[in-house]
Amino acid sequence: MTLTLGHYLTLGAMLFAIAVVGIFLNRKNLIVLLMAIELMLLAVNMNFVAFSSYLGDMHGQVFVFFILTVAAAESAIGLAILVLLFRNKTSINAEDLNTLKG
Amino acid sequence: MSQTLSASTLLAVPLAPLAGSALAGLFGTAFGGNWIGRRLAHTLTILGVFVAFVLSALTLYSVAVHGARFNETIYTWMVVGGLKMEVGFLVDSLTAMMMVVVTFVSLMVHIYTIGYMEEDDGYNRFFSYISLFTFSMLMLVMSNNLLQLFFGWEAVGLVSYLLIGFWFNKPTAIFANMKAFLVNRVGDFGFILGIGLIAAYAGTLNYGEIFAKSAELGGLGFPGTDWMLITVICICLFIGAMGKSAQFPLHVWLPDSMEGPTPISALIHAATMVTAGIFMVSRMSPLFELSDTALNFILVIGAITALFMGFLGIIQNDIKRVVAYSTLSQLGYMTVALGASAYSVAVFHLMTHAFFKALLFLGAGSVIMGMHHNQDIRWMGGVRKYMPITWITSLLGSLALIGTPLFSGFYSKDSIIEAVHESHLPAAGFAHFAVLAGVFITAFYSFRMYFLVFHGKERYDQNPDAHHHAHDDHHHGHGHDDKPHESPWVVTVPLVLLAIPSVVVGFLFIQPMLFGDFFKDVIFVDAAKHHAMAELAQAFHGPVAMALHGLQTAPFWLALAGVVAAYYMYMVNPALPAAIKRAAQPIYTLLENKYYLDWINENIIARSARALGVGLWKGGDQAIIDGAVVNGSWKLVGWFAGIVRWVQSGYIFHYALVMILGVFGLMTYFVWLNK
Repeated sequence: MTLTLGHYLTLGAMLFAIAVVGIFLNRKNLIVLLMAIELMLLAVNMNFVAFSSYLGDMHGQVFVFFILTVAAAESAIGLAILVLLFRNKTSINAEDLNTLKG
Repeated sequence: MSQTLSASTLLAVPLAPLAGSALAGLFGTAFGGNWIGRRLAHTLTILGVFVAFVLSALTLYSVAVHGARFNETIYTWMVVGGLKMEVGFLVDSLTAMMMVVVTFVSLMVHIYTIGYMEEDDGYNRFFSYISLFTFSMLMLVMSNNLLQLFFGWEAVGLVSYLLIGFWFNKPTAIFANMKAFLVNRVGDFGFILGIGLIAAYAGTLNYGEIFAKSAELGGLGFPGTDWMLITVICICLFIGAMGKSAQFPLHVWLPDSMEGPTPISALIHAATMVTAGIFMVSRMSPLFELSDTALNFILVIGAITALFMGFLGIIQNDIKRVVAYSTLSQLGYMTVALGASAYSVAVFHLMTHAFFKALLFLGAGSVIMGMHHNQDIRWMGGVRKYMPITWITSLLGSLALIGTPLFSGFYSKDSIIEAVHESHLPAAGFAHFAVLAGVFITAFYSFRMYFLVFHGKERYDQNPDAHHHAHDDHHHGHGHDDKPHESPWVVTVPLVLLAIPSVVVGFLFIQPMLFGDFFKDVIFVDAAKHHAMAELAQAFHGPVAMALHGLQTAPFWLALAGVVAAYYMYMVNPALPAAIKRAAQPIYTLLENKYYLDWINENIIARSARALGVGLWKGGDQAIIDGAVVNGSWKLVGWFAGIVRWVQSGYIFHYALVMILGVFGLMTYFVWLNK
């Protein structure tokens, strides 16, 4: 069977779905949350590259660079916040972070 | 050639009593620290009223002899959407006559008060109030627009309230002053509706401008009904006059107003305030002439008042109440004259009545003083031996009241009876019967009072309440002598000065006022439709001829019969009244309860009004506004917030989920939008 654009897009969608589920089914570990966010970005990258390859347009691949840059910067900051959070609360359990409860 | 009067003279007329009132009131009472003593207070106020009287007399002279007129705005208060609200004076013959009557009676009452209120603690306050009243009444009669008239109207009502409740620690006085004010308010409601209608349809409150538009107003219909607009306006204005001039059924406040000191009964409730309604209708004669329905209504109300109030006067035992019911009946006469389009006759009777009724009240007050504040005529008698001046002046006043030929009351009353007889309005038949029957009744109760007080056996020691005194007595001046004695000169001189016009003013002024040019251009009568005045003018051949002719007419014989009946029943055969009372007990009970009108007012009307108030308070204010709207709104918000609060879980993954779901939703929407 030949791989069509649809297959790559489905892959991207599945990755994205796994990442979304990972955000809200995850109660125990904040690092998993950060990993899920990275995975979402990766899924989007997959989509861009697939379109760029099958439509022959360079712009998609160029945009992937932008996304990679932003993802890197954002995980750096996210991890820094995590470290500070651990210093103050000695826990990275998402269920413990409910002091903003209305 | 008519001159105009000077604005500053006219301005001084109401302002002089106002100044006297302000000085006596602000500095003579505890409010200002009791700076002025009694002599200065009464001197200032009497000076103010005297200045007003002299200037009014000069004005009347200018108006009557030189034909001067004045109709200008002194001060524009505000202009709202084209409606001008101003202070202005219209001084013509009607105004000048009223000014002289008001200031003269007020001056007499001021002087009289020096003697009457001598031992009262509120002396300065009383003088301040009666001067304030004079100011208000003058503003009312001198005004050239309905707004200022209404200001004066309300102000006299206010001062009347203050004076009726002068002895404010007396519960009956407070009841009476609230009653007077509230009943007046009912009338004022109608009056304001009338003024509002005029303002809406004529676009102005100034008399001159309204009268210029009267023809076009007369053609309009009241929207939504079959009624003519002018009929509705005139009936509404007359309702105001009913309240102020105590016509049936808004008359109930006047007998109770006798709770106030006698000088104010003379000033306010006989001569001036109660005549404001009559004055207003005469002033508005161009409007009333356009509506026969309103004139019929006026005739009926006036006739009912004239007759039925007279009946009540027959059984009164308080000397002031007799005169009060007499005032009510005479006001009914004036109203009947208005209904017959004989406005000048009504105003003429207003003038003569002011003099002899004030005289009768002040005379009654003098008797009350002499009897050590006993007011019950059953325990008087033979007073003529001890109080000769009071006796003679009261006799002259009573003769004037019943319409004895040559006295002033004869000319005005007989003119009223003739005018009603000539009128062709449907209600004129009933009105004519009422005013004729009223002549007998008037003579009867007047002379009943006269004989019981001034003649007959002395019954002073038969009074079962002999040791009660209404308020601080003046035993000190009289020792323990139980016989009355004549009042001081400050009391008797006003009596004499009022007796003179009571006798002569009718004879002297009937020709110019009723049949001459005095009220030309002031009082408007549509002679084609309402020809009573024209008929009277044809039949008039001079005051002496009228008096001689009067000896042959029914009113004279009715009055004579009334005097003879009173003489018989109270001097010759004193057991007869009690026998009649036993025989006609139901009628007597009806009269004693004042036709149950007070009972209806207190138990039905007042009670339902109070119940309505309580219902609106508990049901409307507390339950709906406080309960449902104010409390309900915060309770609703709180309940809703309690539900929405569940969204704020504090868990970051819940928030992230909501964000993602929101993004999906928006994307779906936009995809479908672009399909």
